[in-house]
Amino acid sequence: MSRRDRGSVWRFLLPVGFLAFTAATVAAVLFKDWMPPVASEHGKGVDGMITYILCAAGLIFVAGHLLLAKFIFTSGADDAPAYKPIGNKAEMLFTIGPTIFILLISEIGVLFIGNPIWGQVFKEDPEDFQIEVIAKQFEWIAHYPGRDGKFGPFRMEKYDEVDNIAALWKKDKESRDDLVVRGKLILPAGKACQIRIKSFDVLHSFNIPAFRTKQDAVPGIYTKTRFVATTPGDYEIACAEICGVNHYKMKAKVQVLPLEKYMKWLEEEPGFFE
Amino acid sequence: MSGEAAAGHGHAAHGEWECEPTPFKASWPKVMMWWFLIGDAVLFGSLLVAYGFNRVAAPAWLPQDKVFSMNFITVMTFTLITSSATMATAVAASRAGDRKNACLFTMLTAVGGIAFLGMQVYEWWHMIGHHGARLTVGPKLEGFPDVPAFSAYFFMITGFHGSHVLSGVFILLYTGFNALRGRNGPEGVELAGLYWHFVDLVWVFVFGTYYLI
Amino acid sequence: MALTHSHGTDAAHGHDHPSGFWSKYIFSFDHKVIGVQYLILACIMGLIGAGLSVWFRTQLAWPGKAGMSPENYVMAVTMHGTIMIFFVVSLSLSSGLGNFCIPLQIGARDMAYPLLNMLSFWTIVPGAAIMVASFFVEGGGAAGGWTSYPPLSALPKAAPGSGTGQTLWLLAMAIFVVSFTLGGLNYVATILNLRARGMTLMRMPITIWTYFISAVLGLLSFPALTAAAIMLLLDRHGGTSFFLPSKLILSGQLQTNTGGTPLLFQHLFWFLGHPEVYILVLPAVGIAFDVLAANARRPVMGYKASVFALWAIAFLGMIVWGHHMFISGMNPYLGKYFSISTLIITAPFALLGVCLLGTLWRARIRFNTPMLFALGLISAVGTGGIGGLFLATATADLHFHDTYFVVGHFHLMIGVTSLMGTFAGIYYWFPKMFGRTMNETLGKLHFVGTMVGTFVVFTVQHFQGMGGMTRRYYEYVNEYVKPAAALNPLVTIFAFIAFGSQLIFLVNFFWSMFAGAKASKNPWEATTLEWTAESPAGHGNWNEPPVVRGDPYRYGEGADGKGWKLQTDA
Repeated sequence: MSRRDRGSVWRFLLPVGFLAFTAATVAAVLFKDWMPPVASEHGKGVDGMITYILCAAGLIFVAGHLLLAKFIFTSGADDAPAYKPIGNKAEMLFTIGPTIFILLISEIGVLFIGNPIWGQVFKEDPEDFQIEVIAKQFEWIAHYPGRDGKFGPFRMEKYDEVDNIAALWKKDKESRDDLVVRGKLILPAGKACQIRIKSFDVLHSFNIPAFRTKQDAVPGIYTKTRFVATTPGDYEIACAEICGVNHYKMKAKVQVLPLEKYMKWLEEEPGFFE
Repeated sequence: MSGEAAAGHGHAAHGEWECEPTPFKASWPKVMMWWFLIGDAVLFGSLLVAYGFNRVAAPAWLPQDKVFSMNFITVMTFTLITSSATMATAVAASRAGDRKNACLFTMLTAVGGIAFLGMQVYEWWHMIGHHGARLTVGPKLEGFPDVPAFSAYFFMITGFHGSHVLSGVFILLYTGFNALRGRNGPEGVELAGLYWHFVDLVWVFVFGTYYLI
Repeated sequence: MALTHSHGTDAAHGHDHPSGFWSKYIFSFDHKVIGVQYLILACIMGLIGAGLSVWFRTQLAWPGKAGMSPENYVMAVTMHGTIMIFFVVSLSLSSGLGNFCIPLQIGARDMAYPLLNMLSFWTIVPGAAIMVASFFVEGGGAAGGWTSYPPLSALPKAAPGSGTGQTLWLLAMAIFVVSFTLGGLNYVATILNLRARGMTLMRMPITIWTYFISAVLGLLSFPALTAAAIMLLLDRHGGTSFFLPSKLILSGQLQTNTGGTPLLFQHLFWFLGHPEVYILVLPAVGIAFDVLAANARRPVMGYKASVFALWAIAFLGMIVWGHHMFISGMNPYLGKYFSISTLIITAPFALLGVCLLGTLWRARIRFNTPMLFALGLISAVGTGGIGGLFLATATADLHFHDTYFVVGHFHLMIGVTSLMGTFAGIYYWFPKMFGRTMNETLGKLHFVGTMVGTFVVFTVQHFQGMGGMTRRYYEYVNEYVKPAAALNPLVTIFAFIAFGSQLIFLVNFFWSMFAGAKASKNPWEATTLEWTAESPAGHGNWNEPPVVRGDPYRYGEGADGKGWKLQTDA
């Protein structure tokens, strides 16, 4: 251990390193949009929430690293006079100030920006279109209630890999007109949809990154999520909860149609047992 | 600081190492026992919470008084609580230096524990033989659906508690013999007592949540 | 004021200094030897765990070039997580350095119950062996993620590793919990009962506080995992349905289970899982405080505030587990509650952070290797903590959950922060362990490699997560994720750098053990109690019981221009 560290390269190297790291991170946030283009109403809110935290947390991140670099760079030499206490008041200000600041900005964010949007995602509204999504190893199946507006009940005993992938039963009268689409979710633009998620086997997670939607599919219960797709176009569903070997291949297309086209598709598409 | 008084120790012999006083003046074995019991309480708590979670989610549950004889369960509970009383007497006797009574009451406690275990075995036999319950099959009751979770939680929780009682009985027998020969001092009986009271307390919770509610 | 009473560990301490090889190095009761044994076991497990990460990082960067099948991949990520968390970070930081420094820093001859201490080490060894052995059984090791959520982990047909591999995984974890609980009991009893005369609670170094708090957290939270493991084992082998709902269909076949709920496992798991994070992070922060004070030549800022913050973090850490489950299907109102309560933790964490940072204020820094790691830790804990703000907010978690943002965040916390603390501790206490110092040049090289490697890897992963890149994917086949996945080769290259620098550490560690420069009793001119013992400290640590006469960080005190005073000095 060298006792004369005044000329140590680390006095320069560390602050430069920390500052370069800070600058690179900030630049990466500022100059590139990392998020997939947003295509749902609440998704804009989620992005707003993230932007808020980015600003607040970025401030703390930058200030902290600036201080760290400053303290290291200006620290005294080893043969400098011994440490003199800073004084209680200054220390209190330095410790309690940032603490309260961080608490306030994070709680304000979650209470006033985050929670209202969280509420939108889990709102129950009878006006919403109801669509069911079935998750199974390793595919997504969309299940629409059909003209009667009622989902046929699942008859797991009737499940068949080839003929009855959705485990419905043709003798149930609610099931007869139900639509079942394998590997593709067709949605209306501009209309709120509540997705009821069902899993046949293990945990999966229904994730449409462009919508900022993510909800686990839990066997045994229905989970629900809600969104309004804003822009017609093609998107993707990914699985965000490990579900086995082919987890990475468990994807499906999302097709957002203008409302009239969607209604027309609903009308014309023959039911599962028709 | 007033800490200089203990200079005259020379090469400190084992066991003469001076220490700061402990909060509550508890010796280290007691501290360990307490924290072990707190952890074990969380374990039983987790099992009971899991039972509550599943039971709330379950579409149906069986009426306990039709599956078990509540009088019999009350006798079981009473036996265990009585054994706690004899344990307290044993601890008091060993504190007073009365080896004979310390041993006697520790053994009595063990007898209470064995009686409890016997009744527990009868309970299991009744569940399995009379009601046809298995780990995966609920007890069969006229007019009620099959509730496998009823059996699963019964066997898991009472089995886990029973294993605690069983190990407690062995600890008590060991402690009792040692108390008679004056080998373990008051501490040993007290530690066994802490464990035994804990096992009883857990039973009260099992009784309250599984059998009564 | 100090009452005197003997601590009555005659039975425990009543054995003579060991002489034979076996009793001295293998089945030793000496806490220092046991600490080093834990460290060496952690090194071995670390090579395996980090080796797995090198393997799957290669696959991610250059798909198909690593000789890895999807089956291998899910197994590798699962076992990497499990081994790293429980058999590397826990073993090296909590068990290894904890065993080594607790009695030395509080002035005890040994742990309260040395026999139990030895047993808890020799309990973990078969645990580690079983965990490693599970690679070689049919179907390979566990492949349900380190969280091993049922039904995936409960049904052998759901994943290849959910057969024997998962059973061995549960067995190894059960053994780990037993060992860790025994260790935790020893820590609590030792810290409460065996403090030297004058070592009041508020004179303990912050390291001791963090070990005490993490032991308490462990004792309170691990039983929940034990309960979950018992139930999962029964589900797997007893045919019960604690976690398995009715009418599942696997490989086209209807299962016979009825009535369970998978969410229950998640609650039990995270009731352990979140405190576990603090069990791993807090001691690293504690060690950083000690190292920072010693090498900044000033007392830590806000000792009392830090102790308060640690307790607040521990308490709040017990009631916020649900923030891992925002989108798990849990009631959305609970999501709001867990979001608000989790963000309260930012306050004590910020307090801890500014106390770390403030310890550099008006400092006279000595840039030795332990200090470099402690400084790196400040940046890591700050950067990682800030990622936590995003994930604690339920609304933002809708986008970030189970993406690489999470991966980057928790690696910065329980990977980088914990290991920076561990390394700082190892470089710092190495003279006390072996009477020699570690090589400074290699140490600094190790620091640069670790710092550059890990920071690039895990910061870039945050951005990949913003791009929606999902965790535990063998290959990125979705279109939307292509821009984020394009960064994978970069991440992998820096992961190699990080891994390579750990090899430097291993060389340095084992080489210095035998050939490092001889160290004096107090090479860092530090003030805490361990530096009053010989280097290396003999069995029993001191001949005379030390008597503590002051605070732990007495820098800037002392006459004759020395500028520091031992804790035992008048």
